[in-house]
Amino acid sequence: MRYTFLLYTEPADLAHMTADDWEAEKQVYGAYIEALNKAGVFVDTDWLQPVQTATTLSLKGGSKQVQDGPFADTKETLGGYFVVDVPDLDAALAWAEKCPAAKTGKVEIRASAMGAV
Amino acid sequence: MKDPIRAAELAARLSYGRLLAFLSARTHDITLAEDALSDAFAKALEAWPQMGVPGNPDAWLLTVARNRLSDVLRRQGRFSIKTDLPEFVVEETSPSTVPDERLSLLLVCAHPAINSDLHAPLMLQTVLGLDAASIARLFLISPTALSKRLVRAKAKIRDAGIPFQIPESEVLKTRSSAILEAIYALHAHDWLDPTENLGEEAFYLADLLARLLPDNAEALGLASLIAANRARLPARIVDDVLVSTEDQDTVLWDEDLIAYSNRQLVRAHQLGSVGRFQIEAAIEAVHIARKETGTTDWLALNKLYHACLQYGPTAGGLVAQAAVTGRLHGPEAGLAALENAEGTVGTAFQPLWAARADMCARLGQSERAARYYEKAISLTTDLPSINFLRVKLASVSKP
Repeated sequence: MRYTFLLYTEPADLAHMTADDWEAEKQVYGAYIEALNKAGVFVDTDWLQPVQTATTLSLKGGSKQVQDGPFADTKETLGGYFVVDVPDLDAALAWAEKCPAAKTGKVEIRASAMGAV
Repeated sequence: MKDPIRAAELAARLSYGRLLAFLSARTHDITLAEDALSDAFAKALEAWPQMGVPGNPDAWLLTVARNRLSDVLRRQGRFSIKTDLPEFVVEETSPSTVPDERLSLLLVCAHPAINSDLHAPLMLQTVLGLDAASIARLFLISPTALSKRLVRAKAKIRDAGIPFQIPESEVLKTRSSAILEAIYALHAHDWLDPTENLGEEAFYLADLLARLLPDNAEALGLASLIAANRARLPARIVDDVLVSTEDQDTVLWDEDLIAYSNRQLVRAHQLGSVGRFQIEAAIEAVHIARKETGTTDWLALNKLYHACLQYGPTAGGLVAQAAVTGRLHGPEAGLAALENAEGTVGTAFQPLWAARADMCARLGQSERAARYYEKAISLTTDLPSINFLRVKLASVSKP
């Protein structure tokens, strides 16, 4: 089944990063992606620009509303995601546990409602 | 020492922790001490190629670092008059090294007021001089987030006034166990890639602690345990496939580390205060005895695992005990023991399924074994273990 890991981190943790910081960050996430790939469970991932760059759109209520910012202000913000293909929630948890974001933030695990790919 | 650059590097590796402990204990400010020390190392790399390596490199580094510290402290107004400056006793001409105060530094790193997941990273940074990025790679944690957390922890050590002191013996025993736990956690860390980094730093720290606390049986036990694990390392993974302890080629086991491990375990035993790490080291010693005897003493392992569980049942211990039961009393008894263990360890514990699959394979129940191997594989995140289970799965899947 496909599971999506939503990675929530504290923006303050990642503020004022230098190019070297990003490089170090990429190495750590790269190792995680490599492990997912080697185990044959990797589907997709992306890193998102910081939450202050978000734009939220809604047509609910009949008119178009465009809001500068995220739909909800939270202490920890969505910073990226992983999609993995594993048999069950136990396996998804085993991989989420290894996700770098879990160690300093939170990882929300959601099963795909569309079933197995 | 001929090459001045190499000399500075060696000094960095060998005396970093010692110098940093000495400076931190006197300023109570690890960050300040780190800056002063890295400044001193930079100056050494500049000066030594011209002037030659001084007779006592440690003392030279300490003098430069101390001067730098005095400047900074004076600028910050933290010491109003010159005589308030911390007194450093450095005999430039003496070859004697700086007093070893790394124990008090380790105690600070593993202080109960510091989050326990930062204990090992702090030790690695202060005692071994590893930078935050390397530690982050080791733990697979965001380097930026880790370095911010380390900075905050060091600020807390300074501002909350965590003492650089060695407490009296009863308190020391409790406080030391936090250091042992952090080193053990570092060693037993569930690496994504077990071929890398497995415990080199943990062994360094365990060996150091065994020397700093020669009367602490558990410190000796932990050093023995880690050395034994490391002795088997060359035989542990072959062609990216994990090899179980009983199938490892004993010729590949490291003789020196085995001798070290045995020596520490004997010394620990003589202190007459048994604990979990000594029992785990004894379990290793039983496995390692196969190098001489050619067989594994399952009865001895059974007793030791039983004793181990007395000190606090761990998921790994429960499953290992059940696996030994399977060896002694047959796979059916083993399966029953695993059934019992499941109540405690839950159904998401990989070793439970791997052990269960192994018992079923021994009973000739191929289909069940295959199902359990597949479950175990789904819970495994490191490639050598996945490959090991895949080989096992293939062996029960054959028609």
